[in-house]
Amino acid sequence: MKSTRREFIKNFGKIIPVVFFGLSFKKFIETVSAKENASTHHPGGDYDWNQHYYAFVVDSTKCIGCGRCVVACKEENDVPKEPFYFRTWVERYVWLNGEEEVKVDSPNGGFNGFPVIYDEKEIRKSYYVPKLCNQCDRPPCVQVCPVGATYKTNDGVVLVDEKYCIGCRYCIQACPYGARYLYPKHGEREPRRNTADKCTWCYHRITKGLKPACVEVCPVGARKFGDLKNPDDEINRILDENRVDVLKPEAGTRPKVFYLGIDGAEVR
Amino acid sequence: MSELLWQALQQVQGYVYPNEIEVNWSILIVFYPYITGLVAGAFIVASLERVFKVEAVKPTYRLALLTALAFLLAAPLPLVAHLGHPERALEIMFTPHLSSAMAGFGFVYAWYLLIVLLLEIGYDYRKDVVKWARTKRGLKGFLYRLLTMGDYDISKEALKKDEKLVGIITVIGLPSAAFLHGYVGFIFGSVKANPWWSSPLMPIIFLFSAMVSGIALVLLIYMASTKLRGKKLDMKCTDTLAGYLLYTYVLDLSLEFMEIAHLVYVQEEGIDAILTLINDRLFLSFIVIQIFLGTIVPIFLLVMAKTGLFRATIRKIFYIFAALLAMIGVLAMRWNVVIGGQMLSKSFRGFSTYILPIFGIEGLLTAVAIFILPFVLLFIFVKVLPPWEEPPIWESTEHQAVEGNGEG
Repeated sequence: MKSTRREFIKNFGKIIPVVFFGLSFKKFIETVSAKENASTHHPGGDYDWNQHYYAFVVDSTKCIGCGRCVVACKEENDVPKEPFYFRTWVERYVWLNGEEEVKVDSPNGGFNGFPVIYDEKEIRKSYYVPKLCNQCDRPPCVQVCPVGATYKTNDGVVLVDEKYCIGCRYCIQACPYGARYLYPKHGEREPRRNTADKCTWCYHRITKGLKPACVEVCPVGARKFGDLKNPDDEINRILDENRVDVLKPEAGTRPKVFYLGIDGAEVR
Repeated sequence: MSELLWQALQQVQGYVYPNEIEVNWSILIVFYPYITGLVAGAFIVASLERVFKVEAVKPTYRLALLTALAFLLAAPLPLVAHLGHPERALEIMFTPHLSSAMAGFGFVYAWYLLIVLLLEIGYDYRKDVVKWARTKRGLKGFLYRLLTMGDYDISKEALKKDEKLVGIITVIGLPSAAFLHGYVGFIFGSVKANPWWSSPLMPIIFLFSAMVSGIALVLLIYMASTKLRGKKLDMKCTDTLAGYLLYTYVLDLSLEFMEIAHLVYVQEEGIDAILTLINDRLFLSFIVIQIFLGTIVPIFLLVMAKTGLFRATIRKIFYIFAALLAMIGVLAMRWNVVIGGQMLSKSFRGFSTYILPIFGIEGLLTAVAIFILPFVLLFIFVKVLPPWEEPPIWESTEHQAVEGNGEG
């Protein structure tokens, strides 16, 4: 009896490392063989995420800086109203007469629109630049997540699993665009508290065939969203007919938000 | 927290992305690489004797091992305390995402703790533990008997085997220690979004600064413990350690210089912001504390001590100051990397401000408490496993008979 128990303990001691390393080895093989982090998560229903691949176009020449997109986004996605948490925001770029450096600001992310702070006669050039997650094709945030809580969907959106995120905030550091934030303790949506949050292109809407909230409310059509796999979608025509910029192309992240009418060297 | 963010919002300089007002990696993440660095550094001191046969530092061998263990046990605390969901911490080990530099932490840590440090300490102390298990009574005796794990064989062959094993473990341990800390540097160095972090030199800079702080820590603990025990300081050992501190310091400074020189010379995007960061936002902690007080002054003191112009008592004072400044300088370096890197907006047009809270889980007091803990642990370890050179009591009685001057 005694010896069997001892043997059992001995064997059990062997099993633990075997199981442990076996599991991580399996994971390793999966990671290595999985192409481009294709995910095993799935939105469910009769939506087939292999039939879609989304892109976003921001036409800076149309944006009037009203901030309705910022408001709509916060309402739609339970983003806390304080000026430290944004899934999307709007920046104002202003070049003044006789000044070489561009002035950039984004009071409360553009939530309340933009107060007049410059003398109109002094302005040489100015425009607004809406910002959001670029849903990069090579997302550094996905790469650095230590547990794989943030992942790329097959239709090209980067999401966070709030039930899985450990709140280490490495992804926030890794995003070159400042598109992520930590959902605060006092945030409305309880399961999301203390996890990383970001723009999802309103994944809950687009998988139902709707447009993202910010696109829906934009009064001037500065934000366009569409499906690259649908040849009739106007997004394809816009991308074919225009020369577009992406933000920080040198970062090698391959963004899927394309910009019209920005100075590529200045807007970052 | 929210109140601090409103304050931080007032103190933004230039333009930062709105999500950047919150500095996400706090003082705890400053202490994490600091503590792991001390582990790696202390272990490398221990390996000096074992691997490189530097006999002079023998009095610090076991002390350095115990120091490494004490700090290693505290190392994950700041990380776990910092997590948004500490209850999910083990996911890093159970479901690691292998493309993440951070996912390796659990494995590197477990390897280092279980395979390297505990084994090395266990085999190195085995002979003494068996002797203590035979002589001590009560709770202490029970503890030692537990530590023997039923193996009382201290025949010549068995001890020879132990010795050989410790040798092998140290040889494995040295690259492990280097990896443990170089890896921490890689966590920062691989963040391409941040030009103040992104550098292939980062792991090496972290490693050398870790060695500086680790050697300084062992030197300080050695000097302090000798004083507390009323013993005479082994000046040869102290001088040798200080010598190694100097060499590592020179390498550390050169690496830091190369890094900055490269940044300034290649003038990539963001260089203007980096220059402002160095010259303005980090002037006190980088230029004054890290570079001047934390590097140049101690190097000067150590060089002075090496000239041979000063008596042992003066040299001792030089070493105490140099080692203290080294500890402060390396802490400042961690601060400048972790906090400095987050001050710099990724828009390269402005700077966020980190307001250090005193209370709260991510406050100064938590960080200080976590830093004090390893010293408490070390105190306990030293009581249980005395690392001192002089022979333990049962040997000293034999010695007394021969030499007539045993020490207890």
